[in-house]
Amino acid sequence: MHISEGVLSGSVLISGGALAAIGTAIGLKKLNYDRIAKAGILSAAFFVASLIHVPIGPANAHLILNGLVGLLLGWAAFPAILVALVLQAVLFQFGGITALGVNTIIMALPAVLCYLICSPFLHKKSTLALAAAFVCGFLSVLLSALVLGLALVFTEENFFEVAAIVIGAHIPVMIIEGLITAMCVAFLKKVQPTMLPGFPEK
Amino acid sequence: MINEPFATGNSIIHRLDPRIRVGLTCGYVFVVALSYQFSVLVVALVISLALIVISQVKTTEVLKRIIWVNALIFLLWLLLPFTFYGDVLTHIGSFAIYRPGVVLAAQITLKSNAILLASIALMATMSFATLGHALYRLHIPEKIVHLLLMTYRYVFVIEQEYLRLVRAAKIRGFRPGTNANTYRTYSYVVGMLFVRAAARAERVHQAMLCRGFKGKFYSLQEFQISSVSWIFAILMTAIIVGLAFMEWSRFIPLF
Repeated sequence: MHISEGVLSGSVLISGGALAAIGTAIGLKKLNYDRIAKAGILSAAFFVASLIHVPIGPANAHLILNGLVGLLLGWAAFPAILVALVLQAVLFQFGGITALGVNTIIMALPAVLCYLICSPFLHKKSTLALAAAFVCGFLSVLLSALVLGLALVFTEENFFEVAAIVIGAHIPVMIIEGLITAMCVAFLKKVQPTMLPGFPEK
Repeated sequence: MINEPFATGNSIIHRLDPRIRVGLTCGYVFVVALSYQFSVLVVALVISLALIVISQVKTTEVLKRIIWVNALIFLLWLLLPFTFYGDVLTHIGSFAIYRPGVVLAAQITLKSNAILLASIALMATMSFATLGHALYRLHIPEKIVHLLLMTYRYVFVIEQEYLRLVRAAKIRGFRPGTNANTYRTYSYVVGMLFVRAAARAERVHQAMLCRGFKGKFYSLQEFQISSVSWIFAILMTAIIVGLAFMEWSRFIPLF
């Protein structure tokens, strides 16, 4: 989910850039050199996963998975998502340089928030953990759509209807993302539970 | 799926210093993104087209991207003229078409295309690895550059991994549709992708430690700014300042 270039006003672009810089700085602070390889390769996986198109009725949507990235990387989701967006901008010319900050906030802020909210429940009983994972996937896309909507409305109040349409159009995506995140977490709990945050160390 | 169709070439632009190209692109795209006067936007579009011509990139690839971006913009044309209230321009049936909506949609179209073409001509004409080293020399924090190069290095590997998983699913008769089985399959594919990525990251990190990694990537490429690069930089800076002047001169009391 991102805003293309040439849509937003200068003040929105600058404040987005500033917020993204702060988030990235915190993320980098928490990312020591031992984890750079992991963060880089996971952000490559995130990039590839976002190319997957899942069918929803007659249409299809590509996965966003920022909630899952938040769970796996915590605060490091900020730099990881920034890097994935740079890669998208350079390889596909999606998004782009001027909107980079705003787009980072759109994707990474919900990722980190969902990580903070949902990660304490992941190693609880399986129904609770699944519910938390669903909430994580659902909420991350919902928040992303809301931030995107806010960026549009702050640019121009007349964008309100466009913003409402964008948020409405993402409701099916939220449900799918919730389901996929929940099933993915269930899979990780079986296969590699140490990857999930807060794994009780023996 | 993922490739860099513009990165190789031997045009004047391909031979320019990457740092200069990165800096100029940033300056140029910001001025264009923040401009609203049609004269400025049209001039910018012409300049971007000229850059594309100079860079001698593959026209078909450029067209593909133009079509992509403009498909999104087409959606804006469907929405903005009807929802962006202001003076009524005309009516289609019972729907009013508002002038500010049309103006804004036109501005966004010009801006997006000008920015897209300039980014292809100036930025996409260098390999991602070169971009990483250029960003490092431009004093972008080292960790970000590491992360960027690491991601770029492994994005193709992970893509292969993904294609393998999908091939395996297809061989087992997987056909995507709107049902629980499809979503479960995709979840497990994504889960497996992350598991393998993490396992690979572990191995890569150990291999890096074996080779004495101490938190620094070295670039053997020496960047030297040729005289052509300087001339291009000066010309392009003049163009950027000129555009900015055209856009904002009315705010300067002297003019």
